Amino acid sequence: MAAVNFVTTILWLRAPGMSLFRMPVFVWTVLSAQLLQLVFLPSLTGAAIMLFCDLTLGTNFFNEQGDPVLYQHLFWFYSHPTVYVWALPAFGVFSEVIPAFSRNPLFGYRSVALASFGIAVLSSFVWVHHLFASGTPEWMRMLFMFSTELIAVPTGIKVFAWTATVWKSKLHLETPMLFALGGVVMFLFGGITGVMLGAVPFDLHVNNTHFVVGHFHYLVFNTITMAIFAGIYFWFPKMTGRMYAEGWGKIHFWLTFLGANLTFFPMFPLGLQGMVRRVSSYAPEYAGWNVIASLGGFLLGVSTLPFIANMVVSWLQGSKASDNPWHATGLEWCTSSPPPQDNFEETPQVDTPPLQLRHTQDVLAHNRAIVSFLKAVKTDRKNAIFRG
Amino acid sequence: MQGTTTDEYQTNSPQEVEAAAEHEEHEDYRMFGVVLFLIAESFIFLGMFVAFVIYRSVVPVWPPEGTPELELLLPGINTIILVSSSFVMHRGQSAIKNNDTSGLRVWFAITAVMGAIFLAGQLYEYSNLEFGLTTNLFTSSFFVLTGFHGLHVTVGLLLIFFVLIRSQQPGHYSSESYFGVEASELYWHFVDVVWVILFGLVYLL
Ligand SMILES: [Cu+2]
Repeated sequence: MAAVNFVTTILWLRAPGMSLFRMPVFVWTVLSAQLLQLVFLPSLTGAAIMLFCDLTLGTNFFNEQGDPVLYQHLFWFYSHPTVYVWALPAFGVFSEVIPAFSRNPLFGYRSVALASFGIAVLSSFVWVHHLFASGTPEWMRMLFMFSTELIAVPTGIKVFAWTATVWKSKLHLETPMLFALGGVVMFLFGGITGVMLGAVPFDLHVNNTHFVVGHFHYLVFNTITMAIFAGIYFWFPKMTGRMYAEGWGKIHFWLTFLGANLTFFPMFPLGLQGMVRRVSSYAPEYAGWNVIASLGGFLLGVSTLPFIANMVVSWLQGSKASDNPWHATGLEWCTSSPPPQDNFEETPQVDTPPLQLRHTQDVLAHNRAIVSFLKAVKTDRKNAIFRG
Repeated sequence: MQGTTTDEYQTNSPQEVEAAAEHEEHEDYRMFGVVLFLIAESFIFLGMFVAFVIYRSVVPVWPPEGTPELELLLPGINTIILVSSSFVMHRGQSAIKNNDTSGLRVWFAITAVMGAIFLAGQLYEYSNLEFGLTTNLFTSSFFVLTGFHGLHVTVGLLLIFFVLIRSQQPGHYSSESYFGVEASELYWHFVDVVWVILFGLVYLL
């Protein structure tokens, strides 16, 4: 239902002048992610119905009469794309935050927008990489190894674009940017181990070990959760009309960054040494890395305390936020913080591509122009109303 | 903005009034949403159909040995009833486009009766089968596919009933606004198409 809503809204209810290639990258990524959700979630529903009938009514879909591996197929047919349902919006947040704090337009906007869509399309044809060790025929494994490795291309485009955006720019290292940069750096680890796992021989070697767990967590926690934090800090002033406490934000970032790496990095060497996943105890020779991971886990737990405190206190009594505290170029920064009901007092006209403004001065001038335009329209209209 | 009194401006701020006015301005995209929903829905059936086809091609003897033959007469008649009900229902939409509410009610009521006959026929078929849900892989697929489809027919019937109830309020549906009619009809056509595919796969192949 949410997917239906998002897709309809994005396709039909854009502001006048907001062509598809003027949309913020974040919206592109949400669109791509929701299309995936719309198409693939139902296959899981179908599989779940069949599984339910097997378990409670005694049907024969996935038992020895039927085909247990078919369930794995139906499950991963959805569950691989769903990884991108989480990851794409995270990439979208990076693509909003990094240009804003580099005071640079996003490098290669069009490529990044299309890469989001490309990831969505490609991710529909890779699910069998979760079944390399399930007796899948050789030709199929080769095919899906190839398609899996192809995903590295659009994601590579994105990482390249983020790097090029930061390149030779004047960096402003406020909390959202720290989280975005930290997230991208750790995404490199998650992504590269993904490429390694996509290769059939390597996957068979580390199958069912902590290496896979490490890869997963580098993406889901160290990339996606970092992006969520980046997004929360970035849009906090817009949502609440108040600034968060910068110092506490930075403390939160460093604790999280440290904790995340301490917790999840040990999983790579452990996996390579052969420690299997989903076990309650491990052989003594694995103890060293495991102790580090446990300590990291506690640190990660502690790291959320300054975050929660910061959010609550700042929301209640933070200093007032200006309309555009980050000198960002998105439309949302042209309206007041927090925005009025229905976001804009007058539907804005969009006449420039996003993030195309070279310098801070331009950005500010541009925003001022829009704001005064909106005010003019508003007073016009008010006069018209009262005259009428 | 005409027709609103000055009093209203005093209770609501001008922005709010403007915002509300703007909200009304955009066109109605609900049918697009319905189409997206049906696409998603079709993927549930697609997943089950694909599973069925895979079973068919993987299992050496299909249907597995000892499965009693399916009777074709009753489901055949049922298919004809369901398919023609789609045309009947379409007359209902044509009627409301001409502002003919009683026409809409008549055609939709006939559709509902045909749908109910279909469901009754299906239940009758179930009760006369010599196999059960758990007999073997084929029978499991048979019951889950037809049952899941039957569930959709039931939902379609409920939609038709809602339209019939709502059409009792004068002016609820008119040639200008008939989203409920259109949406329930599209849903019904969808259920119909799914049945045709299902019938071909399960009964004929
Ligand atoms: Cu995957």
